[in-house]
Amino acid sequence: MTLTAVAPQQNTRLMRTLSVLRDVVSRPSGAIGLFLVVFHVVLALVSPWIVPYDYKAMNSAMMLTGPEATHWLGTDHLGRDVFTRVLLGGREALLVTGIATPIAVAWGGLVGIFFGLIGGRVDEVLMRVVDAFLSLPWILKMLVLIVTFGTGIEVLIPTLAFFYGIPVIRIARAATHDVVARDFISAARARGHSRLTIIRHELLPNVLDTLMVEGAMRWSWMLLAFSSLSFLGFGVSPPTPDWGLMIADARGFMSFAPWGVLGPVIALSSLIIGINLTADALAKALGIDRAQKAPV
Amino acid sequence: MTTPLIGMRDISIGFTGMSGATLPVLRNIGLTVNAGESIGIVGESGSGKSTLALAAMGYLKRGLRLLEGSVAFQGQDMFARTRTELEKIRGGELALIPQNSGQSLTPTLRIGAQLIEALRLHSDVAEAQYPAKAVELLGQVRLPDPQAIMTRFPHELSGGQQQRAAIAMALAGEPTALLLDEPTTGLDVTTQAHILELLRDIARDRGMAMVYVSHDLGAIARVCDRVVVMYAGEVVLEGSARQVLKAPIHPYARGLLASIPKLSDPRLPVALDGRPPSPGGAGNGCSFVDRCALAQDGCRNSRPDLERLPSGEAVRCFHHQDAHKLSLVGSGAIPATLDENAPAALHLQDVVISYHRPGLLDKILSRHGDYAPTVDGIEITIAKGETLGLVGESGSGKSTILKAIAGLLPPSGGKITVANEGALAPMVEQRSPDHLRKIQLIFQNPDDSLNPRQTIAQILEQPLKLYFGLTGDALYQRSADILDRVRLGAHYLDRLPSQLSGGEKQRVAIARAFAAEPDLVLCDEVTSALDVSVQAAVLDLLNDLKATQGTTYVFVSHDLAVVRALSDRVAVLYQGRLCELGPSADVYSTPSHPYTEVLLGAVLEPDPDTAPTLSADDVVELSPPARGCPFQRRCPRKIGPICDTDTPPWQHGAQGHTIKCHHSIQDLEAVQSQDSEKQRA
Repeated sequence: MTLTAVAPQQNTRLMRTLSVLRDVVSRPSGAIGLFLVVFHVVLALVSPWIVPYDYKAMNSAMMLTGPEATHWLGTDHLGRDVFTRVLLGGREALLVTGIATPIAVAWGGLVGIFFGLIGGRVDEVLMRVVDAFLSLPWILKMLVLIVTFGTGIEVLIPTLAFFYGIPVIRIARAATHDVVARDFISAARARGHSRLTIIRHELLPNVLDTLMVEGAMRWSWMLLAFSSLSFLGFGVSPPTPDWGLMIADARGFMSFAPWGVLGPVIALSSLIIGINLTADALAKALGIDRAQKAPV
Repeated sequence: MTTPLIGMRDISIGFTGMSGATLPVLRNIGLTVNAGESIGIVGESGSGKSTLALAAMGYLKRGLRLLEGSVAFQGQDMFARTRTELEKIRGGELALIPQNSGQSLTPTLRIGAQLIEALRLHSDVAEAQYPAKAVELLGQVRLPDPQAIMTRFPHELSGGQQQRAAIAMALAGEPTALLLDEPTTGLDVTTQAHILELLRDIARDRGMAMVYVSHDLGAIARVCDRVVVMYAGEVVLEGSARQVLKAPIHPYARGLLASIPKLSDPRLPVALDGRPPSPGGAGNGCSFVDRCALAQDGCRNSRPDLERLPSGEAVRCFHHQDAHKLSLVGSGAIPATLDENAPAALHLQDVVISYHRPGLLDKILSRHGDYAPTVDGIEITIAKGETLGLVGESGSGKSTILKAIAGLLPPSGGKITVANEGALAPMVEQRSPDHLRKIQLIFQNPDDSLNPRQTIAQILEQPLKLYFGLTGDALYQRSADILDRVRLGAHYLDRLPSQLSGGEKQRVAIARAFAAEPDLVLCDEVTSALDVSVQAAVLDLLNDLKATQGTTYVFVSHDLAVVRALSDRVAVLYQGRLCELGPSADVYSTPSHPYTEVLLGAVLEPDPDTAPTLSADDVVELSPPARGCPFQRRCPRKIGPICDTDTPPWQHGAQGHTIKCHHSIQDLEAVQSQDSEKQRA
C-alpha cells in the first residue's frame, strides 16, 4: 500500500465540479446563460481578426445610413461601421471587469470570512463602517477617484475591484455566520488550530459556493458600472469602441438612426442577461437558494 | 363483519429514481386499525414508517406515488376523495400529531387563536362556545392554568407544553383516530412519560384509535395493543405488544430488541451489524438477508410472504420457528470494573459557569445582581481509565461542563486541573499543544461535526498534521490504520461525509478524536442522533477503544440506560448542580437522590408489563433557584423551608456514593424501599 492520498481527493473535487457543471447545463437558464457568456468571451478574443472594417475608418459620404448588405447595422454619425464597433465594443469591458471581479470577490470574501469568524463587538463596529460606505451612491465615490487619478485601465481595475468588494464582505460574512455556528468549527477550535487554518480548511470550502455565485452577480453589475462610466465619458476614451460610449454617442440620433443605439444595447444586455442566468443556474446547482437573500 | 376504521390493502408507494426506474419505499403493506385500537409502527430511520402513517391520511410526500393498493378510512378510499372531503377529514375525524410541535404550531398566533381555528374548521361547537371549549381542551391535556395558556405564543411554552397544545388541537375535531409521528422524540424522559400517560388516558376515555409511529420501543410498549415492525419498507412482524416485545419471532425484531440498552441490564447491548438496503436495492430475496443470523441460501432467492400464524401473529420469515434461538438480551461485554486505586486524571474544583454577562451600566454602577450561575459548584475527580457518565435532562448543564473542560467556554469560577500538571488554561487558545492533544471532544451529531466539504482523509489529516506533523505516506498509513481501528476500511478515505451512513459518520468523528491519541475523550450525546442498532455498535466501539487505549471518558447523555451500559461512575445533574455521584450500580439502585428517583421512575422499558412511576410534576424550569436545593420546586420528598434556604449537604454512602440532600442516606433508603414495596403490592 504505497498509494498516496492525494490522487483520490483531487478526483472527488473534480467529480463534484463536473457534476455541478452538468447540472448547470441541464437547466434551460444555465444552458442559455452559459452559451451567451461563452459566445461573448470567444467573440471578444477573436473579434480583431474577423471584423469586416477598420473600427476607426470614417466615411463622410456614408453617415448615419441604415442597415444594408455592406453595413449590417448601418453606420454612425462619423460613417464608421456600427457592426464592427459592436463586435469590438465588449473587449475593454470584459478585460477590465474580468480582472476586477476576481480581485473584488477575493478581498471582499476574505475580509467577510474574517469578520464572520471573529464575531462579537469588533465585527459589529466594522460592519457598521461597511454599511455607512454602502449607503453612499457608488457612482459618486467612483467618480471622485477616477477624476483624481485618471481614467486608464490601471485606475479603473483597482477602483472597481475595491468598490465591488465591499458588498461581497456582507455576503461572505453572512455565509460564514451560518458555518461558524456548526460543530466542526468548534471541533477545529478545540483541537487548537490557528485562525488561518480554520479559515483555509474549514470555512473557505463551505463559503466558496456562495462566493462563486456572488462573483457572477458582481461581474454583471460591474459590467453595467463600467458601461455607465463609459457612457458618462469616464471609461474608455475615443476612438476605442465601447458599448457604453457608443450608446452615449448615438443617443442624439436615436429618433432617426436607432441602430446606433440598438446594436450596443443588445450586445450589452445579452451579456448581462447571460451572466445572470448562469449565476441563477449555478446557485440552484450548488443548492444556494438565492430567493431567500436580497441582493445588496 | 364490521369495516375497520383504517384499512390499507396491499399498498406500495414509490418514487422515480435518478435512473428513471421506480423505486419502492413501501412494499405490499396491509394494515387494519379497528375503532379504539392502538397500533404501534416500529422501525429504524428510512424504514418507511412515517410514509405509512401519512398514507393513512391519503397524503404522500412530494415525489412519492401510490403504485398499487388502496387506503380506506371508514370504508371509503382516501386516494379517491376530493380535496374538500380530505380537508374535512384531516384534522377532524383523523388527526395528526407531528414530531416537533414547536415547528407545526404557527409562531405568530396565540395558542387560543389556533385552537379556536381548529374548532371552527372541525367541530360542531357553537361559535359562542369556542373560547370555553378551547379552555376545556387545554385542561383535558393537563396544561396548568389553561386560561393563561390561551394567550401565550408557542415559543413561550416548553417542548412538552407545545406537544400538549398540539394534542389539544388534534382533539378539537373529536377524532376517531389519531396518527402520532414520533410525538415524544426529543422530549425529556419525565416529560415523555407524562405525555404518554396522557395519550393512553385520552384514547381510553374517548375510545379513540391510535397509530403510533416511533423508533422507541419503550414508548410503544407503554401505549400500544398491537405492534407492527417495519424493515426496508416491508412489514416483517405483526402481533400483540406482548408477542412482539417479549418473544418476537422475526430475527430483525430480536436484533432490534437486543440492541436497546436497558436499565435492568448493565451489559452492553448487542449491535446489529450492516445497514438496511436502500429503496429498490432489496433484490429478489428477503430484505433482511444480509444482516440475518438465520439466513440460508433459500432466503436470497425468494422473498418470504407475510405468513399469518394461528397465534395471531404475522411474520415475514422462512425460518421463524428458529428465531427463538437468537438471544434477546445483551450478550455484549460488561464494562470493565473500576480500579479504585487508579490515579486521578482530571479534577474539577468548584467549577462555576455563567452565561450572564453584566451590562455596561451594571459595570459602571458596580451592581451585582442576584443571578444564579448556569452551572455551580461542580466538584468531581475523574480517575485515569474510568468512564464518568453525566446524566440529566435538557438544560442540566451537562454539555456546558464538557465545553468548559474542552476550553470552548471559560468557567467564571473554579479550576480544572490535569493530574500532575497543574491547572488547565480556561480558554483553548491559551493551552499548550500537549494539553490540546490530550483532551478530545466528540460531538452529538456527525452531520454537524464533520466538514461536509472535506473527504474523510482530509478530516483525519487535521489532527495528525497538527499534533504529529505527519506528511505523505506516513500520514496516509496512519489515517488508514485509524479507520481500521474504528472498523472502517481504507477505501473510505476518499469519500465525503455525505456518502456515509449516520453510524459510519460517527465512527469517523470518533476516529478523528482518537487520531490525537488522547488521554481524555469527552463524549457529548454521541449516540443520540443514531438509530438504536447503530447506537449499540458505537457504544461497543467506544468500550473497545477504551480497553485497548486505556482512555478516560466523560460520557454525557440524557439516556439513563445508555449511560449505565458504558459508565463506571455516574454523576446526576439538575439545573447545573450535582445531585448524586457514585459507582453506576449504586446510583441506579436505592437509595437515590429524589431527582434520580424521578428520572429512573420515568424511564420506559421495552416491556408492556412495566409501568413508569411518575412522582414529580412535569415542569420545565428555566433557571435554577437562587439558593437552597436546585430541585426544591419539583421535589416529591421535600422536607420544608430548609430545602428553599440552605444548600443541601453531601450525604455519604458506601463506596464513594454521595447524595446531595437534606435527607440522610438512611432516611432515603427507608422511604424509597417502602414506596417500591407499596408499588409492588
